[in-house]
Amino acid sequence: MTQPEIHVDVSRHEGFASRELVFEIKDLSVFYGPFKAVRDITLDIGKSAITALIGPSGCGKTTFIRCLNRMNDLIETARVEGEIKYHGVNLYDKKVDAVEVRRRIGMVFQKPNPFPKSIYDNVAFGPKISGFKGNMDELVEQSLQKAALWDEVKDRLKESAMGLSGGQQQRLCIARCVAVQPDVILMDEPCSALDPIATGRIEDLMQDLKEEYSIVIVTHNMQQAARVSDMTAFFTAEVNEQQDRRTGVLVEYDKTENIFQTPTDERTENYVTGRFG
Amino acid sequence: MSQASPREVSLQDLQGSPKRIRRERAFRGLFFGAAFFSIVISAAIVFSLFGEALTFLRNVDLSALIDVEGGWFPRRGRFDVITIITGTVLVSLIAMVVAAPLGLGAALYLSEYARPRVRRALKPILEVLASIPSVVLGYFALAWLSPNIMQALCSQPTSFSLGAAGIAVGILITPLVASVAEDSFRSVPMALREASYGMGARKRSTVTSIVFPAAVSGVVASLILGFSRAIGETMVVAIAAGATGGSLFTVDTCGPGQTMTAAMTSLAIGSDQVRGQEGTFESLFFVGLVLFFMTLALNLLSERFVRRVRLRY
Ligand SMILES: Nc1ncnc2c1ncn2[C@@H]1O[C@H](COP(=O)(O)OP(=O)(O)OP(=O)(O)O)[C@@H](O)[C@H]1O
Ligand SMILES: [Mg+2]
Repeated sequence: MTQPEIHVDVSRHEGFASRELVFEIKDLSVFYGPFKAVRDITLDIGKSAITALIGPSGCGKTTFIRCLNRMNDLIETARVEGEIKYHGVNLYDKKVDAVEVRRRIGMVFQKPNPFPKSIYDNVAFGPKISGFKGNMDELVEQSLQKAALWDEVKDRLKESAMGLSGGQQQRLCIARCVAVQPDVILMDEPCSALDPIATGRIEDLMQDLKEEYSIVIVTHNMQQAARVSDMTAFFTAEVNEQQDRRTGVLVEYDKTENIFQTPTDERTENYVTGRFG
Repeated sequence: MSQASPREVSLQDLQGSPKRIRRERAFRGLFFGAAFFSIVISAAIVFSLFGEALTFLRNVDLSALIDVEGGWFPRRGRFDVITIITGTVLVSLIAMVVAAPLGLGAALYLSEYARPRVRRALKPILEVLASIPSVVLGYFALAWLSPNIMQALCSQPTSFSLGAAGIAVGILITPLVASVAEDSFRSVPMALREASYGMGARKRSTVTSIVFPAAVSGVVASLILGFSRAIGETMVVAIAAGATGGSLFTVDTCGPGQTMTAAMTSLAIGSDQVRGQEGTFESLFFVGLVLFFMTLALNLLSERFVRRVRLRY
């Protein structure tokens, strides 16, 4: 547990050289009260790409991804140190309004969480609150189409979203997120509550969406990371200074194929080959 | 366990100890008895209500029950129920005007805005408010609300008034409305709030467009329960609304008036006066029966709303 951490300068990698960056994260540490949940994360996330975050349970993937759109502000004890630049702007600058951040950086959660409203109203909610003035019907249709849900629900737009299946609900959540036309979509284990068929549909969907949006996805499913992502970051938890709890660190960050075929760190190799723990 | 042969099991082994089984039965009987006893008591009360109310209805000229001109003067044989129902409804509506904004506001604040520490400090205060005896609130209405609030609202000197009683009843039911509504706000899953914030919604839109609509059945239930409690409130109106002996039909909230509950108490206190004319005493049970059906209907209604909240998630 004393190996040096490896911070990969992604701009050196060919897959990344031509890419514009969305996030530049430097020395990020997150605390819950006195507990340091993740520490010293440094990595860059590219535009129009899918970046996967993998690692064992409790290593701080959720903690990390929730920093990217300031969802951690909602947790009273959470505190962030270090810097996250979003298109060059420090997200944690005092002048930055978290609400504006979240309009640009949307989030899809682990458990589908549609509002107990109609399918239509679920999609229209975001645009409505951000003052959308255009043709709402059109926007709702477009968003549902992007989420590959339109054909299944076009005849029941006024029905409650709670009546949809789990996979449909999750696609609705993606449609809802897409409707506010974000720049980045964060997904925290979006498929963990879904069956393989629904999962497949969402993976296909991500491929379509990445043309327009930058996607960061947390997944426990190694095959999923390998299938869908361009870049993969492997996190793990290591015993902290006080030796009492485990703090998450970034072990390796590279092009997905490198992480899975030629990892440079032993811990990554053990994890991706299933020899972990 | 290391034996290769299967264990022998006889029926006796699986029968269990007869003593334990007997004890189990005894407990079951005990609890059943308690449940049964309370049902019997409720049934007996309703029966006696029905019985006396029927006696009243048989003895009285039915047209006297709706006689707005005559008003409610049971000792003189004037039984216009419209007068006292109107009094009850007026007091309860005034109570709701006070309790709905205060109670729902407090509930929203506690569940959505207050930090945990503030919440922990405020909840007990609400409970203190809930435990003020209604007799005290009655005198508060008479001694403080009437000269200070009602006098200003009515621009005329007031002492006993439906308005003062209504405001005091409103204060009385505010904690009830607040606590039922707060429960329903808090039962809205955190995931829904996160979904809303995650799309860039502000607190205000999250509360008004997501949390409140998701909890609306519980909110309605809290209001119905509050209303039903206001209808049944007796002490405050008996002290502060005036018109102890009876009342003419009135909708003037600045003046005295009589509610159903106050009408019943004034019939029951001073036992030498109870037996007035024929049916005077029994009219008490008739009013009680009407009151019973009103609150029963409201409670059933709110029960249905509460169930809808539970089904949703
Ligand atoms: N709200 C919180 N308050 C205190 N500690 C927290 C909170 N949320 C997470 N933690 C702790 O932070 C650490 C990282 O948790 P996190 O949820 O980020 O892990 P994760 O990698 O997403 O795990 P999983 O794969 O199981 O979802 C854990 O030790 C967890 O107990
Ligand atoms: Mg997680």
